Amino acid sequence: MDALHAVRARGITKSFGEVVALDGVDLDVTQGQIHGLVGPNGAGKTTLLGLLLGLAVADGGRLEILGRPVERALAVPDGVAGFVDGPGLYPSLTARQNLAALARLRGHDARTAGIDEVLDQVGLTDVADDRARGFSLGMRQRLGLAAALLVKPRLLVLDEPSNGLDPAGKRHVHGVLHRLAADGTSVVVSSHRMDDVEALCSEVTILATGRVVFSGPLTKLAAENRELDYRVRTSDPVAARRLAADTTGIRLVDDAGTRQDAEVLVVRALVPALDELVAGIVRSGVAVRELAPVVSPLEAAFLALTDQQEAGR
Amino acid sequence: MTATDTGQREVTVAAVARRAPLVRGYRFELVKLVSQWRIRLLVLACWIAPALFVAAVSRQSTLPSDTLFGRWMHATGWAGPLVMLGFAGTWALPLLTSLVAGDVFAAEDRLGTWRHLLVAVRSPRRIFVAKSLASLTVILVLVAGLACSSAVGGLASVGNQPLVGLDGRLLAPGDAAGRVLLAWICALAPTLALAAIGLLGSVALGRSSMGLLLPPLVALGMQVAQMLPLPVAVRLALPGYAFIAWNGLFTSPGQLGPLLIGIAVSLVWAVLATALAYLLFVRRDFTNPAYDGSGRRAITVGALPLAALTALTVAVIAVATPSMGSGIKQDKVQHSLATAFAHLYRLQTRQLHRPAVTEAQLRTTAACSKSDGQGAQEGAGNDWRCVVTWHLPGIAVAGQAIYQLDVGSDGRFVADGDGPKEVNGYFLVRTSTGDAPNPLWQFDGNVELLDTTSKG
Repeated sequence: MDALHAVRARGITKSFGEVVALDGVDLDVTQGQIHGLVGPNGAGKTTLLGLLLGLAVADGGRLEILGRPVERALAVPDGVAGFVDGPGLYPSLTARQNLAALARLRGHDARTAGIDEVLDQVGLTDVADDRARGFSLGMRQRLGLAAALLVKPRLLVLDEPSNGLDPAGKRHVHGVLHRLAADGTSVVVSSHRMDDVEALCSEVTILATGRVVFSGPLTKLAAENRELDYRVRTSDPVAARRLAADTTGIRLVDDAGTRQDAEVLVVRALVPALDELVAGIVRSGVAVRELAPVVSPLEAAFLALTDQQEAGR
Repeated sequence: MTATDTGQREVTVAAVARRAPLVRGYRFELVKLVSQWRIRLLVLACWIAPALFVAAVSRQSTLPSDTLFGRWMHATGWAGPLVMLGFAGTWALPLLTSLVAGDVFAAEDRLGTWRHLLVAVRSPRRIFVAKSLASLTVILVLVAGLACSSAVGGLASVGNQPLVGLDGRLLAPGDAAGRVLLAWICALAPTLALAAIGLLGSVALGRSSMGLLLPPLVALGMQVAQMLPLPVAVRLALPGYAFIAWNGLFTSPGQLGPLLIGIAVSLVWAVLATALAYLLFVRRDFTNPAYDGSGRRAITVGALPLAALTALTVAVIAVATPSMGSGIKQDKVQHSLATAFAHLYRLQTRQLHRPAVTEAQLRTTAACSKSDGQGAQEGAGNDWRCVVTWHLPGIAVAGQAIYQLDVGSDGRFVADGDGPKEVNGYFLVRTSTGDAPNPLWQFDGNVELLDTTSKG
């Protein structure tokens, strides 16, 4: 067992009847790290998260969580918390009652279990005594997170935690997760939102049709990626276009017909060629006002890798 | 935690998370049930509505005489809880069990909370036991409410008077109270069977509303079956029979054979249906996103064993008790009618301040025929005609009265007096204090379907 890993999975397989949900999945989650799990619908994310929470046991392979092999369902170590397919809340109970019931189930005194503290952490203090029936999706997500925090987790498993959150709520939740990670808690987050994953995670695993198509740091994903489209806004678009056309490895993306902003140039390039273009523009006395990928490196990699996987089926 | 050479913290090997104790799981399930408005309203209704119903009906001029003991609601407060028990066995208890036990597992499917609950409790077995015990607790509270509330309503509006039993014998208030309590306790057995069927439906059918409907549908099926001319062994093998068999507590001696068989059958159904629900539940894969009820397995694991149990019970009862016919035989009808008449005649004698007589002095007999003696002289029907004969000390001529009997397939009969007018032909008798209901005009009786109980 690698002592630095909160999760270490090797060759995990899981099937439902004839449907193969996971097919030889490897996963390493380092302690104190927020690890993203992305993939198209049906890729096996929820099944994998269910295994991490102990809801089922893998048909094959080896899974270790917090240093302990998991060999049967519901036998994950103490300190694992989270939710899959949305937080489980009882609408007839208030937010506080939901948490108190959970604390009592785990043998804690509801008065000293830190309910007020976790409600405060997720920003639900004002609605602590309201029934969960009236909660928005975002509030339910936050209450689900509070329920997970109640057990002071060492491994937090969250399925789409930003679903339904407004920008402020999302920032709040991201702040909570970053603080937890800084304190040593490992977090596994699945999401369809690439911007969420990029904002939260240091490492990512991409699943497609039950298989891992990439696993590693986000930076490596960007570096490994093929050409990307970049938006370049300059003070002299005509000169910039001419320079782009003359730079080796740069292709102009001909989208002038659909582009609204004439000052913006869209080029397709690898990072070294892009660096050369920017240097050339600056040398010619043209100001670079904006440089950004049209789609994020993660999203581009995700689309490329998952399309490739789907095509290979 | 120890530091590694990379400067990162090591993961200490954690202990496996403990399962939540059963008591805490039970308490959690109870909290969830009681927090539902539907359950709160049911509890409130069961503890208040029967008292109001019994009090209101007891003050009306027209009584529900088609319900057992309904005709005595003016006379004693103990008739109210028995009328309520008859109603509960038919409608209230199947509905209550369906709303509580029939929904206790399906609710988690609807709310999508199974995974949350499993992660918190970490034992499907304990979840099952906790849910079953919590729903049983709520059902017991509801049944207790129906019993207590109807008794309070009857006693408050009519009073603690003696109750006339199904054999016409007058039961002292204390005796009546004990038997009423026992009757409600006996009704718990078929209630448990329905609750177990509710659990089975709730587990097997997931979020489908069919799970909720299962107990009322089964109860309705049992009631329809009890109205059909089925052999006694089949009738007793159905788990709902104990909802009827408590009638036997109100005869002397009590008709305990059918009651005990009915209770035993109900309890076996309760145990088997609960065990089947348990098997289905612990085999469920909670990570399967496509799960929506056990489908075909619900039939093989759920319905077939219960059908096999019914067949086995019929066979056992048929062998153990030689009763494959209707159980309603001419001699038993005559005996029941004569016994009830003798007891009620003494009641009428006391009303009219005549010289007291004993049942032994009366030497009451009844001669009954069905369909004017045509065809088999047994079975249910409203074509029984009986002539009751009795003797009075010092009078040579025997008295005679005629009754038309409507005998139900469950053995219960209503005897309708056909004269002479002074004895049983008019609904009132003139007493020294004014007109009073004539106990011999119309009365209920019960024919024991089995041949096991000694005649009193």
